[in-house]
Amino acid sequence: MTLRRRIFSTDHRTIGKQYYFLGLFSVLLGVALSLVMRYHVVRPKALGGAISPELYLSLMTMHGTLMVFFVLTVVPQSAFGNYFLPLQIGAREMAFPRLNMFSFWTTAASLAVLLSAFFVEGGAPISGWTAYPPLSAVGRIAGPGEGLGQTLWIVSIGIFCVASVMGSINFVATIADLRCKGMTLMRMPLPCWSWLITALLSLLAFAVLLGAAVLLLLDRSAGTSFFLPAGLYFNDTSIPGRAGGSPLLWQHLFWFFGHPEVYIAIIPGMGIVSHVLSAFSRKPVFGYRAMVYAMIAIAFLGFVVWGHHMFMSGMSPYSAVAFSLLTLAIGVPSAIKTFNWIGTMWGGRLRFTTAMLFAIGFVSVFVTGGLSGIVLGQPALDLYFHDTAFVVAHFHMIMGVAATFGIFAGTFFWFPRMFGRTLNERLGKLHFYLTFAGVYALFIPMHLLGLAGTPRRYPDFTSVDFLGALMPLHRFITHAAYTVAAAQLIFVANLFWSLKKGPRAALNPWEATTLEWTDAAHPVVHHGPYEYSSPGAPADFTMQTDAPNIRSEA
Amino acid sequence: MLLAAILGVLAAGVVWLFAAKIWWFPPGIDAHAAAYDEQFLRTIILCGVIFFLAQAALAIVLVRFRQRGNQGRAQYSHGDRRLEFLWTVSTAIVFLGLALAGTKLWARVHFDEAPADALPIEVTAKQFAWSFRYAGPDGKFGRTALRFINDAAGNPVGLDDADPASRDDIVSATLRVPVNRPVKLILRSRDVIHSFFVRELRLKQDLVPGMDIPLHFQAERTGTFEVPCSELCGLGHSQMRTTMQVMTQREFDAWLAAREAQKR
Repeated sequence: MTLRRRIFSTDHRTIGKQYYFLGLFSVLLGVALSLVMRYHVVRPKALGGAISPELYLSLMTMHGTLMVFFVLTVVPQSAFGNYFLPLQIGAREMAFPRLNMFSFWTTAASLAVLLSAFFVEGGAPISGWTAYPPLSAVGRIAGPGEGLGQTLWIVSIGIFCVASVMGSINFVATIADLRCKGMTLMRMPLPCWSWLITALLSLLAFAVLLGAAVLLLLDRSAGTSFFLPAGLYFNDTSIPGRAGGSPLLWQHLFWFFGHPEVYIAIIPGMGIVSHVLSAFSRKPVFGYRAMVYAMIAIAFLGFVVWGHHMFMSGMSPYSAVAFSLLTLAIGVPSAIKTFNWIGTMWGGRLRFTTAMLFAIGFVSVFVTGGLSGIVLGQPALDLYFHDTAFVVAHFHMIMGVAATFGIFAGTFFWFPRMFGRTLNERLGKLHFYLTFAGVYALFIPMHLLGLAGTPRRYPDFTSVDFLGALMPLHRFITHAAYTVAAAQLIFVANLFWSLKKGPRAALNPWEATTLEWTDAAHPVVHHGPYEYSSPGAPADFTMQTDAPNIRSEA
Repeated sequence: MLLAAILGVLAAGVVWLFAAKIWWFPPGIDAHAAAYDEQFLRTIILCGVIFFLAQAALAIVLVRFRQRGNQGRAQYSHGDRRLEFLWTVSTAIVFLGLALAGTKLWARVHFDEAPADALPIEVTAKQFAWSFRYAGPDGKFGRTALRFINDAAGNPVGLDDADPASRDDIVSATLRVPVNRPVKLILRSRDVIHSFFVRELRLKQDLVPGMDIPLHFQAERTGTFEVPCSELCGLGHSQMRTTMQVMTQREFDAWLAAREAQKR
């Protein structure tokens, strides 16, 4: 029965932890790949040229795929969501526990298929996590890694889509049906809102990506021409029998998924950060409803801005204007969130736990990463910046770093509930400061590389004269990357040490208000989620389950 | 408070890095580049101000509202609708205004047609090289076909020698354009997606198989400028580089004539 309990468990808490450790494995691998890439960039001739251009591009493809799918999609939503959604809304389980188990193991299978691409002939694909055809659609002739490696990549993504759709259905059903007595939608903690919105996003987005992946697979293996036009000619060989397809169709389908995917990665972080900031400011969330509406607005707009990834693609330049206005409109709900996070802290009694530091760090990098989007969202300015290092810096800051800070905030905040012990705060703070300073040192100079015109996805910078002049900047970035990676070892050590030896935690160690900090079997909710410092209440926090006669607003 | 200090240093440092312009665009070589730099400056100054204010506000909050001993409870507030309204409307105006300001620039590049007297040049990209075809004295691009493609024999676009209009077509591995004359590129790809990028023109455009994508400009300064491929095209992506040489009309004519003579 251990097998049922530990491996093929249907318990949402076990599944949440399984997702967490799957994400941890993936992120460590993803970081390791990026270190090899950064090393190669500054020492392209080292190791006797062992890192060939095609190997570099394979590492890049796998780095992106691991991080986007198996870290940023899996941890904030599937790991924390599975564990804490039922707890926060007072449900005993997810709506479909067995489906939940299937979602996890399907995700694990998808990861196994992805990693197997490293070991097949030709290696992992070289077409990037965006896999643009024709490069990704014609097989070995387009380059090493474009044979079986690319096929495995597509199959892996297809499986991942199925897993994500199953997971999303579960989240939506759980929130719709299993809220405990008194838990109205507007009394849900903000992470629950963020998981609901993210589930709706991934339901629609991954369904489309699944379709696109199937079409790409058919182009590769069944001779169809969804993405291939007539007249393709590779090296000395013409590709016969294809006609009528459009490479742009893939980009439309991919980014219809790809842009919402950015929000799939970051919206749960927004929920977690609001939750943590409120708890450690001892103040209600500033503008709870505005926070909910802002997330909904961001999610909705996220579905109508995919074209801003395609300003230079050859699509109609007229549509670029619409995509641009809608894109910059996302700045508005994003600004609401930023103001409200600062508003939440304003007038508070800030407690600087590690979770709080990461939440504050999230706000800082969210602003920094968001603002470069104001540059890229204008097609006119994108004429220079598209596909440069500026873009790489932008999405690493907003999607990579901000979402990761959300994960760290969640980890330090919820670890006591997940494992009954507390993470070491001293190590946690050291980890935070090194990471926070490190990511700025790493990614701000990367914007400058872009400003100087550095194209992205270049294994080396020896063939273009103006790129050679930028090597000092590259060396600085590489050292910053080493520092940030080393700092993560502190976290990993802290995590595994505290799992075994951390001090035992009380049931509600942070004096927080929400249901995950009670152990009532059938909770009844009488208050809004963030009743901190309510005047007249006996303590400076009123738990959602506290008796209704305690004075409060909601 | 350590974090507040770090935020302060960081905000000032980042603003300095951008203001110092140590790493910056190369000087532009046409009117579009000048207008581009103006819109970029407008955007980056606005972003810089918002960036600095946000990070500073964060730092101030951290110092001012940190928990100090026993000072009673935090302020109890669920928010302020008037403030929410104020910052929603103001960010909407600023961001959308900025987007609209940039639209004119985009329209000049992509909505306006190339002038009728523009010099047409057909650009063909392949893994991992560029070809630039000039119509020659007859002003007509000749017939091409896949079966005539022969890279080794110097026929990367598949010119059909049976067509008289093809015989005077010039195919060059580097781009040469006359100064102060409008140029119209017709961008094509033979295999995968590539991207044409000249920093000094502040222009970039993908080349997509199956599509003919036009791009026009008018360089106003002579010189040689690098063209690095800017869309991942395979293992040789980072080596797919050519140059654009902006020449006087006389130099350009002489170059074309020399190439014609070579061909005959």
